[in-house]
Amino acid sequence: MWVNENWQVGQINPAGFSSFIRPQDLLFAKAKSQTDVLAVAEEALRSGAIPLVVMELSAPINLTTGRRLQLAAEAGQATGLCIIQENMGSNAAESRWRCTPLFDVKDSTLQRWELIKNKSGTLSVWDVKWDAETRRIIVVSKNAQRAGSARAPN
Amino acid sequence: MPSERVLRARPIDAPFALILRQSNTDRIYCLNAQAEKMGLHRGMGFSDARAYCRDLQSSPADLQADQRFLHTLARWSKRYCPWVGLEGSNGLVLNIAGSAHLFGGETAMVDDMRHSLARAGITANLGLADTRGAAWALAHFSNGPVKAGTPQTQILSLPIDALRLTNKSSIALQRAGVRSIADLIALPRATVTRRFGREVLLRLDQALGSQPEEISPLSDAPHYGVRITLPEPIGLSADVMAGAERLLQQLCAKLKTHEMGARILQLTLRRVDQANQQVELRLARPLRDVGRILPLFQRGVDQVDAGYGIDQLRLEATQVEPLPATQISHSTPSRHKGLDDLITRIGNRIGLENVQRFLPADSHIPERSFIIAPAAYSEPSGAWSTLRPRPLRLFTPEAIAGSGPQPPARFRWRRMSLSVGRATGPERIAPEWWLPDDNWRSGLRDYWRVETKQGWRLWLFYTPQNPGWFVQGEFA
Repeated sequence: MWVNENWQVGQINPAGFSSFIRPQDLLFAKAKSQTDVLAVAEEALRSGAIPLVVMELSAPINLTTGRRLQLAAEAGQATGLCIIQENMGSNAAESRWRCTPLFDVKDSTLQRWELIKNKSGTLSVWDVKWDAETRRIIVVSKNAQRAGSARAPN
Repeated sequence: MPSERVLRARPIDAPFALILRQSNTDRIYCLNAQAEKMGLHRGMGFSDARAYCRDLQSSPADLQADQRFLHTLARWSKRYCPWVGLEGSNGLVLNIAGSAHLFGGETAMVDDMRHSLARAGITANLGLADTRGAAWALAHFSNGPVKAGTPQTQILSLPIDALRLTNKSSIALQRAGVRSIADLIALPRATVTRRFGREVLLRLDQALGSQPEEISPLSDAPHYGVRITLPEPIGLSADVMAGAERLLQQLCAKLKTHEMGARILQLTLRRVDQANQQVELRLARPLRDVGRILPLFQRGVDQVDAGYGIDQLRLEATQVEPLPATQISHSTPSRHKGLDDLITRIGNRIGLENVQRFLPADSHIPERSFIIAPAAYSEPSGAWSTLRPRPLRLFTPEAIAGSGPQPPARFRWRRMSLSVGRATGPERIAPEWWLPDDNWRSGLRDYWRVETKQGWRLWLFYTPQNPGWFVQGEFA
């Protein structure tokens, strides 16, 4: 389920998602304000009917709000994902990631996933790519990455 | 009458006809007075009619809408009497015994009927008599002012067709020289039955009143509303919920007997100071399950201001949908009940139409390759096929600097200066000329999948007929 505010420009394209998930499983909620976005997300997380809730946030959320979302997600055994801007994260979140697409001469799905906050472990950085055939994420080892980078100038 | 139904919504001051396709031919189904004046008639071929009358306007007939309209008229007719039935496909029969004096007598009532119908744009042929058969005959064959008297005197001079006979017996009677009803009455009864069958005398007796004929009135639509009045006012939300549960049990039992499910429920709480508080519940799916509906009311009930107390609860299903019992088998896809309830709860907060899902559409234009439908009123459907990679996010095209059919090596987009690492393309998409779309006025588009050295993977297009470069999407 994808929740955002109705003024936001841009539209998620279900056809683009079809290589990652089944677009028919995707629900889309348009809320009037950030309060509504958070309420909808909390309701969806708590219900347990939806495994993943993605919300697009435009303003920072405070500790109480973040904690409520966290508790709702724990109650419903669901994953909540907030798409936020830089330096806007809530302290209540379980983990915080920074995902940036990387350019690579061979692979057009390479991304760098940086774990910049982790409540239950250490921080780390992975370079991952998407394997379309097996439909899963593959972590690219540092070695291969270095070898690929070394070959790049040639 | 069907043509008048259409013309009520869209008045046309010209010959007009409704067309019905019967056995591979378009025939006139119903026409207005102006078209009749031009010499057209019902059942005529449509192409012939157009040859006679060049400026004939037409529209296809909708028999179901006509039936619905007739039922609406039947409901309206209940202002004259409670005993209203349907007569054929385009008539109503009213038993006004005992209610005529409320309108100042039979003549005044018929005049009132005629006047109200004319104001609504409907020309009605009215007949009033002591028997149903005689009234039918008068409505179809005389349509004059109301004549007082017994059926014998009223319909004697009418033709034999006025007796609602089958076509066969009517022709047989006319061949034998029996043209009017008076002629038929003059014949010895025994010979009539022997020669023309029992139907003729049955219809005659029904028209004259010696055989009874009943009217079967239309039944009222069931009312899905229940209420409870309390001896002492209540104010606690748990008490209100307990009351709502009692009402829901009654309402759901009623819904179950009619095989219906509630779509919109309205709980009205009357306070002791006569002010009403309303709680509306819009359901994502027709339901008649007390255990599932009741928790959904909790949020609305909590927001109610009870004031000095509530002494009456009224629960009404304002919108119902058919919900037939379905056989559960291993092959029926199991619906996720939690999801429906979730959509209901979310929909009550942000509006049920704002919870949406995507349905595939048959178009290769990226913006039109999907339809957004409210999740509560649609089923998820599969058949998503993408031959080529499509971006995750689409936005309205944003112009960038660039020239020539090859993607620019460096460009600025959203205040970022980007340099192209790899470009895949072009994929040419042509506008769908059959649908006007202002965004595609610039003609063909050559789409490129551009990977920038900074990491962004963008979907660019070039319009060769109207040179320019635009960014339209963003890949993962």
